[in-house]
Amino acid sequence: MSDRILTVEGLEVSLPVPSGTLNAVHGVSFHVDRGETVCIVGESGCGKSLTALSIMDLLPKRARRAARELTLLGEPIVGVSETTMADLRGNRMAMIFQEPMTSLNPAYTIGNQLEEALLRHRKVPRAKARERAIHLLERVGITAAEQRLRQYPHQLSGGLRQRVMIAMALMTGPDLIIADEPTTALDVTIQAQILHLLAELQREFHMGLVLITHDLGVVARIATRVVVMYAGQVVETGTAAEVFGAPRHPYTRGLLDCIPIPGKTKRGERLGTIPGMVPSLVGQIQGCHFAGRCNYVIDECRAAPIPLEATPDGGHEVRCIRADELMRGGFQPAESVA
Amino acid sequence: MSTTAAVRPEIKASADTAAPPMLEAIDVTRMFMVSQGFMRAKKPLHAVNGVNLSIRQGEVVGLVGESGCGKTTLARMLLGLMPPSSGSLKIDGQPLTGMRRRDVARLVQPVFQDPYSSLNPRKSVGSIIGLPLRVQGGVSGEEEKKRVYEMMELVGLARRLFDNYPSQLSGGQRQRVAIARALINRPRMVICDEPTSALDVSVQSQILNLLQDLRRDLGLTYLLISHNLAVVEHMADRVAVMYLGRIVEQTDTDTLFRNPRHPYTEALLKSVLTPEPGLGVPDTQLGAAYPNPLNMPSGCRFHPRCARRFGPCDTIVPRPLVSAAGMVECHLYDDDVKKEAAA
Repeated sequence: MSDRILTVEGLEVSLPVPSGTLNAVHGVSFHVDRGETVCIVGESGCGKSLTALSIMDLLPKRARRAARELTLLGEPIVGVSETTMADLRGNRMAMIFQEPMTSLNPAYTIGNQLEEALLRHRKVPRAKARERAIHLLERVGITAAEQRLRQYPHQLSGGLRQRVMIAMALMTGPDLIIADEPTTALDVTIQAQILHLLAELQREFHMGLVLITHDLGVVARIATRVVVMYAGQVVETGTAAEVFGAPRHPYTRGLLDCIPIPGKTKRGERLGTIPGMVPSLVGQIQGCHFAGRCNYVIDECRAAPIPLEATPDGGHEVRCIRADELMRGGFQPAESVA
Repeated sequence: MSTTAAVRPEIKASADTAAPPMLEAIDVTRMFMVSQGFMRAKKPLHAVNGVNLSIRQGEVVGLVGESGCGKTTLARMLLGLMPPSSGSLKIDGQPLTGMRRRDVARLVQPVFQDPYSSLNPRKSVGSIIGLPLRVQGGVSGEEEKKRVYEMMELVGLARRLFDNYPSQLSGGQRQRVAIARALINRPRMVICDEPTSALDVSVQSQILNLLQDLRRDLGLTYLLISHNLAVVEHMADRVAVMYLGRIVEQTDTDTLFRNPRHPYTEALLKSVLTPEPGLGVPDTQLGAAYPNPLNMPSGCRFHPRCARRFGPCDTIVPRPLVSAAGMVECHLYDDDVKKEAAA
């Protein structure tokens, strides 16, 4: 168990809205072991970012968070004081955001901001902090690191800024890094480089990495385990090979059908679509959250909450009462199966 | 609108070779003077530098490249929104310079990336879609309404959304509004600048399907600008790869994806992350730094990042090499340069 870095059990996040309570995250559970990359994937509004923010305790003030268990290295991180949390944040766990320009302070130099993390959390002389900053900037592939320390964020390109953010997250040698869409704002060529770097650093520093993204391509390539979220719930989880090789939830299958793959999808062929829209999460949803858009829906789907259940292939879990039957039948639409 | 059409093998045949090209750029350059700071001389920046591109009627051409490579500047010139500094543009055989903007707008229309900022938040859906009709004039209010409803049906927008505002729509619905607005005057050509980049994948596929249907039903020509190579591969008949203001490779989609020749094209293709587990994250072997366009590298503009550079790359500017396999600007394929380098 010593390798367990993060445990999230039954996480709930809700936000008050004029028309009631928005249940943005609903019973989300997952864990991260040392050396693992866990990808949380889903479309806008599925609750993936709020899940990340609630681990860091950075939720908007009005949001309410509850969990059966939320522990970092075996220590609970719910209900602890703000000082304890501030000590953990940036020290034991760090976060990398989508847009590095908004998460770097434009008025301070790169050097100032890098050193701050270490000076804040460790009793080290400034010279030592500077040394580590230079070392890490070089490690993340920034040339002329010493000169960069004197530069301001606006003097760097988007790719370089994201590298600085990664170096900053590594300053204290954290056990867990949470990266929320770290490459979405970057060019494809830079995206590949940054992901390559993250994967390398994760192995080198032996950390746990939680990667939040909407990009299934990124997930398939980098994830040890995948958590697919839809409308506030985990609908499928397993290794990348399990989830992408044999997707069992109709939503996961539908998402994969939407994506053209050079050499596999025929040019001009119609791409798969998921009809309809994400349900409103205000109030409670009876039964399956995906029922309204599912091609395989039957009456039972809407009757009661659907549990996340293990499948015959080990750690692979799916939230669909028809998963086994659909898998056997090769996912034939509802009419022909019934 | 039919939604059942499967593969369309007639795509290539539909591109009409006898008619003049729908859109043609001949040696087009666009220069900006960029301020270097207070009291310092301005420096020229060549955003687009000697681009030749010809798009046949009914063809879908994909334009790919990193941000800052000049894709959007080229698109703005093709839309007649910005004159080139030199070179000429032709639309349907006529020179674009001197044409009234309104006439250009009848022929070419844009669809932009971000349907959140490209729609006026204070206008209703019906008013947004009908605006091009009012600009061109000669259409009664009743006629306008009828045509807006027709258009909404064509792009899959429910009639009840007519009086709604953009803020009440989802991202996919907004992009449908943008497409309806682009098509209401029945243009011949649509320039789509990252049409699905801001959308979720399940919505992206709906919009791509819609663009395919509309192309078939209305006989449209597309220029598809995208950084998503998988999308380009799926949609385009031909692809042009742009790097620092120049097209460095141009050929039909199958050839480009099967046998990329320019090292930059290779690197771009390598960075496509498809949802196939077990392949890992590719190492593109591209140096991190995108060069400063104000301080263009000597010789081949790609040489500082190129894994396959050799002797003449940092001194001699590569020339466009045209063959049956398409156009490429790279010394690796220039026998004269290679011979000289070996000597």
